Amino acid sequence: MKALAFLATLATGIVLLYGTRDFAAWGDAASPASRHVSPVYIERAVKETHVPNLVTAILGDYRGYDTMFETVVIYCAGLAVVCVLRRQKT
Amino acid sequence: MKRLQEQARGRDIGDNLIIRTAVRLLVPFIQLFGLYVIVHGHYSPGGGFQGGVILGASFILLALAYDLRTSLRFMSERTNAILGNAGVLIFTGIAVLCALLGGLFLDYSALDRLISLGPIEWRSLGIFLVEVGVGTAVMSIMVSLFWDLGSGGEMDEGL
Repeated sequence: MKALAFLATLATGIVLLYGTRDFAAWGDAASPASRHVSPVYIERAVKETHVPNLVTAILGDYRGYDTMFETVVIYCAGLAVVCVLRRQKT
Repeated sequence: MKRLQEQARGRDIGDNLIIRTAVRLLVPFIQLFGLYVIVHGHYSPGGGFQGGVILGASFILLALAYDLRTSLRFMSERTNAILGNAGVLIFTGIAVLCALLGGLFLDYSALDRLISLGPIEWRSLGIFLVEVGVGTAVMSIMVSLFWDLGSGGEMDEGL
């Protein structure tokens, strides 16, 4: 069973590493993300949200779902630790 | 060596006047800085997560320099739990409120129907409100993680 799990992990890892070959180069100005997503944020974020810090505008507004569930994930981690460890003194 | 180990076990080694005085002076400034990082997230690097961690670190520092009971005196377990839940509820509550007011989920410009400030100003203010929620939740969860992991869930002694 352990060997099977190891093989599955290894196969998934190889597939993932193979997938990274198609990634755009670091800082590639011709990659799809740099061609239409980033310029839109840079042009419109301040006009649409009045927040000078682009990172905050994207995290808090355009990518609000991501930030919300990030908070929920942290909350779940805290809840799990409290549920497992916390106990009243007997 | 053996005496040092005994002292550490008896927690005498942490009873240092210099450390305690320094921490007592530092904690208010750390908390002020944490609030600054949350509030100033619109203009400089920072925001809810970072500010919340700094606020939480101030309570963890209190617990390290004094002991766990002292930090519980400044922030009771009940308050901490309420704050953690409130933080997540602020975020999700604002998101749901936007949907209820006729906009999309998390579309803060819909809050304009509640108080008329203009949709763009509301998007800015919505981000701020949400960051406050994130900061509150992250602070209380950091503190409760430290309390529970540091004392094995007993909450009376430990680090």
